[in-house]
Amino acid sequence: MTLTDLTLTAARDGLRARTFTSAELVAAHLQQIEAHEPATHAFITVTAEGAMQQAHAADAARAAGQDGPLLGLPLAIKDLFCTLGVRTTAGSRMLEHFVPPYESTVTAQLLRDGAVFIGKANLDEFAMGSSTMTSAYGPTTNPWSRDRPLVPGGSSGGSAAAVAAGMAMGATATDTGGSIRQPASFCGLVGMKPTYGRCSRYGIVAFASSLDQAGPIARTVADTAVLMTSMSGFDPRDSTSADRPVPDFTAACGRGVQGLRIGVPREYRADGMPSAIEALWRQGLDWLRDAGATIVDVSLPHTQYGLATYYIVAPAEASSNLARYDGVRYGLRVPGNDLTTLYEQTRAAGFGAEVQRRILIGTYVLSAGYYDAYYLRAQKVRALILKDFMNVFGQVDALLTPTTPSAAFAQGENMADPITMYLNDVFTVPASLAGVPALSVPAGLDAGGLPLGLQIVGRPFDEETVFAVGAVIERAAQFDTRPSHVLGGALGT
Amino acid sequence: MSLEPDAIRRVAKLARLHVPAEHEAALASELGGILGWIEQLDAVDVTGIDPLTGAAQMALRLRPDVVTDGGITPAVLSNAPDRGPGPDGPYYAVPKVVE
Repeated sequence: MTLTDLTLTAARDGLRARTFTSAELVAAHLQQIEAHEPATHAFITVTAEGAMQQAHAADAARAAGQDGPLLGLPLAIKDLFCTLGVRTTAGSRMLEHFVPPYESTVTAQLLRDGAVFIGKANLDEFAMGSSTMTSAYGPTTNPWSRDRPLVPGGSSGGSAAAVAAGMAMGATATDTGGSIRQPASFCGLVGMKPTYGRCSRYGIVAFASSLDQAGPIARTVADTAVLMTSMSGFDPRDSTSADRPVPDFTAACGRGVQGLRIGVPREYRADGMPSAIEALWRQGLDWLRDAGATIVDVSLPHTQYGLATYYIVAPAEASSNLARYDGVRYGLRVPGNDLTTLYEQTRAAGFGAEVQRRILIGTYVLSAGYYDAYYLRAQKVRALILKDFMNVFGQVDALLTPTTPSAAFAQGENMADPITMYLNDVFTVPASLAGVPALSVPAGLDAGGLPLGLQIVGRPFDEETVFAVGAVIERAAQFDTRPSHVLGGALGT
Repeated sequence: MSLEPDAIRRVAKLARLHVPAEHEAALASELGGILGWIEQLDAVDVTGIDPLTGAAQMALRLRPDVVTDGGITPAVLSNAPDRGPGPDGPYYAVPKVVE
């Protein structure tokens, strides 16, 4: 097994046992990037030099007797996290030359724990998308692609592709309506969207502030738990950060599901669900039953309204958040004779089509005469969706659903009209609206050999149960398939 | 459903987004389609339901009203597209707004 095939946890063991050095580990990942980045395009910026410096520093620290939860391990950072002195684009022309003068809280905590940053991962522009096709820097290709380029999902598509292709051992990601879970599912990886408030939003380029939440993507449930532990925790600089202790997520992975009650929400049985996904869902329930859980049919009656609610709330918040890109303080400026022209031309040139669409929708639903009919109504339906979850969590400890309605689709597919693309988020959006934790675990392959994920949804701040259930599914599924091709070129060295 | 071009111009102005005239028709039909789709929420009975503003189920935290940061003008201005007076001036520069 090569260094780039290891799990993060195994690599940490190897570093601690002095089987290999961080410099060797990071160099192997940089080689993998050199070989496969042209076909994959997982990164907007590769920080090879900085990564090697960090690796040597990690090796020196270890030689001096120090250790850390992530000491010397190479990670990809979604290019939505501000990184001190390293360009942060949010996948937009608007921020093409933006170099943050500060570090986001999440990445600062990863650095505190010894992580090495190998590069800034590609994403849909301002995290708005489910395919990474809206990036101003070109699309990312799913490493599972064979005869035609498939999307890695989105918006954290570069993060997922980098981990799947062995270019990083784990990655940061963010999830507003499914942007961690859907790419993890499409790339055969584990992705965790924690409870809203668990990870600080300070220094993450804002999309929809009441929904945005950071989380990790990695190869195994245990790896994801290790990263979650480093990324979580109270931050006074984020007004919605939760002031509560961070549990030992890694320990929770070994708890098992004996005696747990697992809910199956009947509304997720969508008409026209591919049979492979339905079969996998049933298989997942069998695995949990065999491990000692009780399966309970439950109802989340407002599920069908999740997407429409989301596509009012998220654009409304986006239109407000993105008002800051005015060409005055940072980012792109298109000169104009007067200030209004400068604003209007800068924003027209800096934002791509999907971002402009969402700004216009958001502005419309917030505008005088429409606010009550759209935005206020959506906030009320959101309250009903949260109530649905709270009701079922009186009966069950966690829910099991598919993560996505399909496996990875081809680049260019689902682009004909925006709503077709939005439908991708049908199973992930409700948990985002309710702010509850949700994990995607790879559980099998479809007939075409593409990975499919199952989603575990838990109570607010009970990521531990979610990890426990995820670990049982992972063990039962024995999903150890790796993508063997990047568009015909063999992965691995 | 399609929006009127007038509505597109009004929203674009509110959003400070220049929309070229030749794009108005396509945008009107696209946004109209999305708005028509989200009108399915009209079927939900929301009588007596309080709006949910966010997922954080907690009271908004207050902090003491004191200065916590400052004196970092160079960092704040480090990404400024234009500064004044002069290229290293301590202000953001914009086109003249008063006669």
